[in-house]
Formats: sequence, C-alpha cells, structure tokens
Amino acid sequence: MDTTTGTPGPTTAPTPGAATPPTSDVSIGATDGAAGVRQASDLRRRLSAPRDAAPAPGHVVILAGGLSHERDVSLRSGRRVAESLRAAGVEVTVHDVDADLLPFLDRHRPDVVWPLLHGASGEDGSLRDVLELLGLPYVGTGPRESRAAWSKPVAKSTVLGAGIATPEYATLPQSLFRELGAQPVLDALVARLGLPLVVKPTHGGSALGVTLVERVEDLPRAMVNCFAYGEVALIERAVRGVELAVSVVDLGDGPAALPPVEIVTDGPYDYDARYNPGRTEYFAPARLDAEVVDAVQDVAVRAHRALGLRDLSRTDVIVDPDGVVQFLEVNVAPGMTETSLFPQAARAAGLDLAALYRSLVDVHATA
Amino acid sequence: MTSPTTPPQQPAPGGTRLDPWFGAYAERAHGMRASEIRALFAVANRPEVVSLAGGMPYLEGLPLDAIAETMQRLVATRGSTVLQYGSGQGDETLRERILDIVRLEGIECHPDDVVVTTGSQQALDLVTRIFIDPGDVVVAEAPSYVGALGVFRSYQAEVVHVPLDEHGLVPEALDEALTSLAAAGRRVKLLYTVPNFHNPAGVTLTAERRPRVLEIARRHGVLVIEDNPYGLLGFDGQTLPALRSLDDDGVLYLGSFSKTFAPGYRVGWVVAPHAVREKLVLASESAILCPSNASQMAISAYLDTADWKGQIKQFRELYRERRDAMVGALAEHLPSARWTVPDGGFYTWVRLPEGLDARSMLPRAVTARVAYVPGTAFYADGTGADHVRLSFCFPTPERIREGVRRLAGVVNAERELVEIFGTGTALDPDLTDVENPSPDLA
Repeated sequence: MDTTTGTPGPTTAPTPGAATPPTSDVSIGATDGAAGVRQASDLRRRLSAPRDAAPAPGHVVILAGGLSHERDVSLRSGRRVAESLRAAGVEVTVHDVDADLLPFLDRHRPDVVWPLLHGASGEDGSLRDVLELLGLPYVGTGPRESRAAWSKPVAKSTVLGAGIATPEYATLPQSLFRELGAQPVLDALVARLGLPLVVKPTHGGSALGVTLVERVEDLPRAMVNCFAYGEVALIERAVRGVELAVSVVDLGDGPAALPPVEIVTDGPYDYDARYNPGRTEYFAPARLDAEVVDAVQDVAVRAHRALGLRDLSRTDVIVDPDGVVQFLEVNVAPGMTETSLFPQAARAAGLDLAALYRSLVDVHATA
Repeated sequence: MTSPTTPPQQPAPGGTRLDPWFGAYAERAHGMRASEIRALFAVANRPEVVSLAGGMPYLEGLPLDAIAETMQRLVATRGSTVLQYGSGQGDETLRERILDIVRLEGIECHPDDVVVTTGSQQALDLVTRIFIDPGDVVVAEAPSYVGALGVFRSYQAEVVHVPLDEHGLVPEALDEALTSLAAAGRRVKLLYTVPNFHNPAGVTLTAERRPRVLEIARRHGVLVIEDNPYGLLGFDGQTLPALRSLDDDGVLYLGSFSKTFAPGYRVGWVVAPHAVREKLVLASESAILCPSNASQMAISAYLDTADWKGQIKQFRELYRERRDAMVGALAEHLPSARWTVPDGGFYTWVRLPEGLDARSMLPRAVTARVAYVPGTAFYADGTGADHVRLSFCFPTPERIREGVRRLAGVVNAERELVEIFGTGTALDPDLTDVENPSPDLA
C-alpha cells in the first residue's frame, strides 16, 4: 500500500495557515473512509438529536491539576471542558486534587465526575479507584484498565496480542543499568533495535522525558533525561512515516473513531511542538487514502476495545512506509486544551464540542 | 533519513496551524515560548511542594490592617485623584519620598531625576528600548537576573557575560571583555549589574571594586545599569555606596518597592541623568501613559504613616534567619555541592556535584516535591546547567530545611544515574534558550 500520495485535503479547506477546520458534511465525506463517514455522521446525528430526552445532568465536577508533571496541561484541559459544558447548560465545578477533594465530593455528591488529570494518579487508575469507592459515576475508563493503558509496555503488549502492530521495543529499569553497566546494555539495545530509537518513560504524557535518538553517542543523555521522570524506560525502534492521533468516542452504543489528525512538525513532536501553536501543522482530516483512514480508525477502535477502555480515548499511531499502522500509545485522559488533538478531531468530524462533552456526561448521569 | 512516505514539510493544502499567525511574529518574539520547565513550575505552587524557586517576598510580616485602612482612607478622601490618570514621570510626592530611600545608599539627587515605573522590570524594558538596536551588545554578569536577560533578548541585544567571583563582578575580566569587544568592532551599549546580594549569585560587589568598575565602564564609553532591588536587605544592616552615588552621569540606578515593601503594587523607579530621563519619560508614556496612581499614593501613604525602616529591619532579620537555615541545611545534607553564603537578599547559588545537569534533574525534583531554578535560566548562552538558584525568602526555616533534605535525595539519585551513564553537562543545543521571566522566577 502506498501512502505517499495521500488524498489531498478537501477542496473546501481553507488556505494553509487558516485556523478554521472544515466542518461541512462534504469535507468529511470527501476524505473519511467508509467506516469513518458512518461513524462520524452517527455521532453527529446523535448529538443533534433534541436534548429533551436527556434530563440535565445536574452537577458535574471536573478534576484538574494534581501533583503530576502535567499539572499545567491538566488545568488548561479542565478549563476548556468546563467552559464547553457550561455552554451546554451544565452546572460545573473544577476542583484540584488535594486534601480538600474528598470532603468536597462528600459535601456536594456530584452527579458525575470527570477526571481530566494527566499523568500520575489521574491516569494510573488510583483516583478512579477512589471514585469507585465513593460510588460516584465518572466519565472515562475504569481503574484497572486505566492502569494497564497508562503503562506503555502493558498497552503495547496488549494490543500486540490483539493483532495490532507496534514498534519493537525493550523496557529497562534503571537498576538494570546499575547492575550490568550502561555500555553493554546500550550496545545490546542498538544491536537489536538499531537507530534511530525513541527513549521514553514507561508512564507519562505530553512527550515529557521523550527523546528521539539518532546517534549512538546521544543515547546515554536520553536515558538520563528519561529516568528523571520515572524508574523504567521504554526504548523503541523509531518508525518514520505519517504520524496520526485517532480519537475514539463511545456514547453508549459502541466505540466510534473520529477522523484521524495528521501531525507534521519540523522536528520531533515534543513538548515544545505540542504547546507552542504554530510549530506544528495539523491535517484534520488526514491526507490519506480512504482505505488507510479505515485501517487507522480500525486500529484505534480495536485498541480501545482490547484495553477495555470506556467513553473516550486517543490512540497515537504511525503509518510506516509499508502502510502498516504502528501503535505507539493510548491516552485514557486525552488532552483537551485549545491545541489538543481530541477537540481538533471532534471539530473535524463536524461535532459540536459542547454537545459532545455534554453527551459524554449524560451517559453517566442517566445511568 | 526521510522515508518517501513522510509528508512534505512545507505547508500543503488542508493543513492547519493552530496559530494562524505563526509566520507573522516579529523576530524578537521567537524566544517567547511555552517550555517544559515552565510547565514543571506549575507544580511548584502547590503547598505540598517546597518551592526554593520563586523570589516572592514574605509579606505576612507587613502591617496589613494598617495598610488596608490607609488604602480605604485614600479612596474615600481622594478617590477622584487616586483613581485618575497621573503624571508620566510619576507622582511628585512619591518621587520626593524616594529621595529619602536612595539617600540611605549615598545617592543625592533631585525629584526631577526620578522616573517612577511599573516595577523595575518596566525600567529595564524602557532603558533597553531607548538604547539598544538589534545586534548591540549588553555586557552582564555571569550569571545574570533571568528577567533582565529576557528583556535584552526581546530587543535583540547580544548578551556577553563577564565572570563574577565572591567579591562581585571581576574588574579585570570586564576590562578584558570590553577591550576585545571593541577590537572586534562590536558596539557595547550597556553594562548590566546587580551589585548588592546578586540575583542569582548571592554575592556583593565590594566597595573597593566599585570605583574600578565605574572607571572601566567610563573609559569604554559604556553606560552602567545598576539594578538594586535588594540593597537595603543586608543582614548586618550595612549598606554600601550605590554605584550611582559615585558617578552621576554614567549610571542609571534602578530601585524597587517589590522586595522591601510589596510587589503587588508594581512600583519601581529609575534615577537617571537629565537627558536620559526625558527619553525614559517619553518611552514610558508611549508604553503605559503613566504608572498607577493608586499604587503610588498607597506607597506614599505607607511611607508617611508606617515605620517603614523598622519594617525593613524586620525583613532583614527574617531573611537572615532563613539564610542561616538554608546554608545550615546545605552543609548538613549536601556537602558534595558548593554554594555562596549571601550577606543579604533572597538567594544562594549552588554548584551541583560534578556532572549533574540541573535541567534534566528538575522532573525528579518535582516528583520529590521540591523546586529550584536551573542555572541555565541565568545565562544567555545556554551554560549554567551545573548550578541551581535556591531562594530562601518565602518558605519558613523548617520548610527550607525539609526542601534541602529532599533536594539532597534528588541530587544523590541523579549522581548515581550520571555515574551509570557517564554523561556530563555537555551543552544541549535544544536547551539554550533563555527562559522568559515569569512572576515565579522574579
């Protein structure tokens, strides 16, 4: 399969540099694969249905902040979702994760909690355990599944078991390098996986602690940067190709993939490229043939299912030169900032963010 | 190694840059970016974290009730003036009161010589704006205040660092740098220095070196920016003569109420020679019309009614106790590091054990619930990774000791890592940008 000649963007698209993504049905239909069209339009129909059927979800508490390295991103995600939900007529409180949280939840008994925490207790499942203990309904994946998805190697081996390709990798704890000496282990890594390599912490997001290593002499520095974020490193073969993020939404009748968002940067898609709008160019929908879009969306939905995820997720993949969709990682709490990929995908699908977020809440408020 | 399937790197049809003005920014805006380090500081403000990063003064010692009453009375009795526009040069009453303050460091001048600014940060901006063309050289200490470097960068100055030692800026090194810059045909406009209780280095320029620095600057035709927010915060109560007190024409003196009273008012000032001051006022008017009348009058009233000298004495004692806690904890927990012992101000400058990189260590520190500013923030050339700035102004002595104890754990873990991988503090080309100053770093 040749992915070099991905379908050019929709003819209705604005000129390069324009900020408004296409939202018309025509542009979706022109570029989505068959499955994508059906799924995106199903969601659109669902969201545009009269809301009388669903009672107002009452009080929603968004959890944002926390003590993770991604606190800043989480706070911004929380504010964006809160604004959208308020626009959809929902009463929303944003709360940090601190010593006041449990007394607060106890006092207010919100109808739905939405954990928008990135990293640490927000994504590793422990906070969701607490919500289960309190018997509070919440948006998103359960604790056990969050824990599995949060670990990049566990997620990779799970999707591998489901027949999804993922770049060859090794997970190595810092202690191993201490015991065996760094150089022999690094030599073995390069001998096995070759170069370039991507070094990343096994847990964490926003590309923090992630380094693309092109030269063998840069590997030790990359390991040091990675271990500053966690005890275990995931080292995987760097795959070149088309980088895509695929968001998945499930409003109660099965997971549906949103149009993949293609990411083009003049360098690695690192923290800088993610949060300095402008350095990165996004194509939503992606410039891919319909069957490639289908394959990519299929991988995201299968990964969502294989990992037992709920409500929403975002899977990051690369389509390699042979056209194989390579799974990189999955996020159970995808970023929701103004530059994040999930809201971009929703807009590209013609979905109204306020209605979409409201529906994600409604699923649990009416449960 | 670009595979044939990599999409073209130039804009192609259908692509969206989330910032549609990406190509439109001025060159001077290129350094203004969100960074990993700034993101990590978001955690530093949480109470669980001992922040040894920020330069926030400890305000709980202020007579807040009396201040509230004064501000209430000001608005009630003079509201139509207090809330009105004011003079571009600053309120005359306040400028007179400022003379009382600068006299403590030997400066004799006239109220007309004073320009009130929105914090010294605006003074830095105005001075740079009226003197610096892109490519002009600013000579500054190595290290230098991060906020000044950010301003110089935004006006596209080139910063050349000159070393300092425990006695402050090294005159011989300054002379040498200015001589070689002149020989290279470079146009050096300004010498930027924090002579007292340096931020971040914690050192003070000795009385003996002061006239020598001024003589060198004069000989090379370079204007001296004397940035002095901490001068009255010497722990033994002594003050050294300001550079401005030794040279009326060659020095622009920057003062501030942020560290000796309260930064929330955002009031600082410049003492400048006549011609320069005229330009500063015009530049300030074009930037902000006038500094806040409400802030200036509140400060005047505070200076009139409160025992401000007694308050500064109280601050000195408070910060001395915290300095003692800091250096005591460093000696106990981090004997493998080296640090300066400041005689005043807010900061100590710590050299990490061999091979550690303060930037790559920061995530580990945040995980351990302690924060510092990596030394690279204080250099325009990407060096400084082997240092951290620790501030002792805000946390209590007990929290300072706990913070240093946590930092020691972080340093030891990082040392082990560096020993395993044999990495040094080689310059990382991706990490050479000056961090923009945020209020967290002031």
